Amino acid sequence: MVKKMNKHQSDERRRQSLYGWMLLTPAAILLSLFAFYPSIATFWSSLFSRGTRRRPAEFVGLENYTDLFNDPTFWLVVKNNLMYAGITIPVSIFFALSMALWANSKISARGFVRTAYFTPTVLPMIAAANLWLFFYTPDLGVLDQIGSLFGLSSVNWLGNPDTALWAIIIVTIWKEAGFFMIFYLAALQTIPTDYKEAADIEGASRFTYLRRIVLPLLMPTTLFIVVNAMINSVKLIDHLFILTKGGPSDASKLILYYIWEMAFAFFDAPHAAALTVLVLVVLGIAAAIQFLYLDKRTHYQ
Amino acid sequence: MKSFTQIADNVGALLLAIVWIAPLIFAFWAAFHTTSDAVNFNVLSPWTLDNFRVAWEGAPWLRYFMNTFMLVTVILIGQFVITTLAGFAFAQVQFPGKDFVFILVLLQLFILPEVLIVENYAVVSAIGLFDTILGVGVPYMASAFGIFLMRQSFKSVPIELHEAARIEGCSWFGILLKVYVPLAKPTYIAYALVSVSTHWNNFLWPLIVTNSEQTRPLTVGLSIFGAPENGVDISIISAATMMSIAPLLIAFLIFQRQFVQAFLRAGIK
Repeated sequence: MVKKMNKHQSDERRRQSLYGWMLLTPAAILLSLFAFYPSIATFWSSLFSRGTRRRPAEFVGLENYTDLFNDPTFWLVVKNNLMYAGITIPVSIFFALSMALWANSKISARGFVRTAYFTPTVLPMIAAANLWLFFYTPDLGVLDQIGSLFGLSSVNWLGNPDTALWAIIIVTIWKEAGFFMIFYLAALQTIPTDYKEAADIEGASRFTYLRRIVLPLLMPTTLFIVVNAMINSVKLIDHLFILTKGGPSDASKLILYYIWEMAFAFFDAPHAAALTVLVLVVLGIAAAIQFLYLDKRTHYQ
Repeated sequence: MKSFTQIADNVGALLLAIVWIAPLIFAFWAAFHTTSDAVNFNVLSPWTLDNFRVAWEGAPWLRYFMNTFMLVTVILIGQFVITTLAGFAFAQVQFPGKDFVFILVLLQLFILPEVLIVENYAVVSAIGLFDTILGVGVPYMASAFGIFLMRQSFKSVPIELHEAARIEGCSWFGILLKVYVPLAKPTYIAYALVSVSTHWNNFLWPLIVTNSEQTRPLTVGLSIFGAPENGVDISIISAATMMSIAPLLIAFLIFQRQFVQAFLRAGIK
């Protein structure tokens, strides 16, 4: 009897694992084709030289990487991307938090305010870039028109190496702050109103309440947003194609755009692969941060 | 009586809202005016549809709309099928190696398809999907994010319902279709909204894998139309931009609450 039971159980187990793998097959095939294989292939091809018709690609070890490290454009692009991340992340978060605090408070026209904050999020980056062209075009642009009211001379925002990256950064902040607001808004709505009442009774100022109670409670949300914003600072480059094409003289070029340019404009796949590997390593670090944080969160619950 | 801080809050919130929406409102207004009127802020100047007429004739927009529509549909169908099957496997089926495979899937959350453009291009070309709508969509179908979402949703289905359906003589597949899928409807809606708006707006990958009018989505078409080499007037670019964002923007304004809920449901893990 027991034996029969065991046999039945192991049959059931075998059946379940068959079902399990069958259900996973389509996902496994596509994930292998478009995530795992390409990651390995990227690493592999970063170790080979660029093949030409006459001279096939040959194994060069880490030469593509040393080429990159000796390439001043690479360092400029890395510096640009660090600045892009270093400014868009905190500024977007600042705006997102302000927006959420306002959209969550008892203000008039709250519906309009929320819509206004969130709408840029649903636009394509390409469309957003087109809208901002209006502001940046020299002489005609809205910024110049406003400037001329105050007697300022015309600035070529996109054509000047000192301002081009800033123009890009502003569009990104405009696009992503409303998106991050949503997550803060959701988190704010979970804070019990008792806390605010208690703080009021204690005579705590609004600023103290914000700093001592709200911000610490929002910390997990902030970490989640930071990781997402880090990923965005790699990913959000579409507007470069419209606004600056990475110029002038590479002043606004970002890493992913540089990868695209190397691979599809200069047909230099090996160096593009080496750069891709470096980006994957950085994303891996972002992943590790998130996993560590998830660990911590389960600890506290 | 309102306190001073309340008034300050109102003013601040409204001011920021106006600043935030201004680029969109301005471009909307400019799309209906001549360039010289638009850049000189002639508020009283007459409205015109000329920009839309010129823009419409300047590119095969109808084709681009169709392509984008096909693209988001193909991706959504593929995602629904694949993430449903995989999500169900991870949520309700016991099999050896499950946890390990699940970690592999989660890893894909950080291997962005955007970063792997070079090799994905090689893969898509190798399997003969270059310059096809399926080729644009296929790398996104086995979305780790979708699998994760479906798994969470299926896990919350009470096991009693599963058992009841089994006693009724339902097959595994029948249980999935008749019990799990209907109960996960809110997740499907949320996922659909996020997926459609993401892929309606996607640019870099379609730019790389499309090479003809027959496959090019709106975003790529718009970028080509507005390229400075074409020397198109800025008001006409505005009109073209308004045309291409209109469907999604109108849908968003109507279903705003659902959109926001969808992004929340999808974002909070």
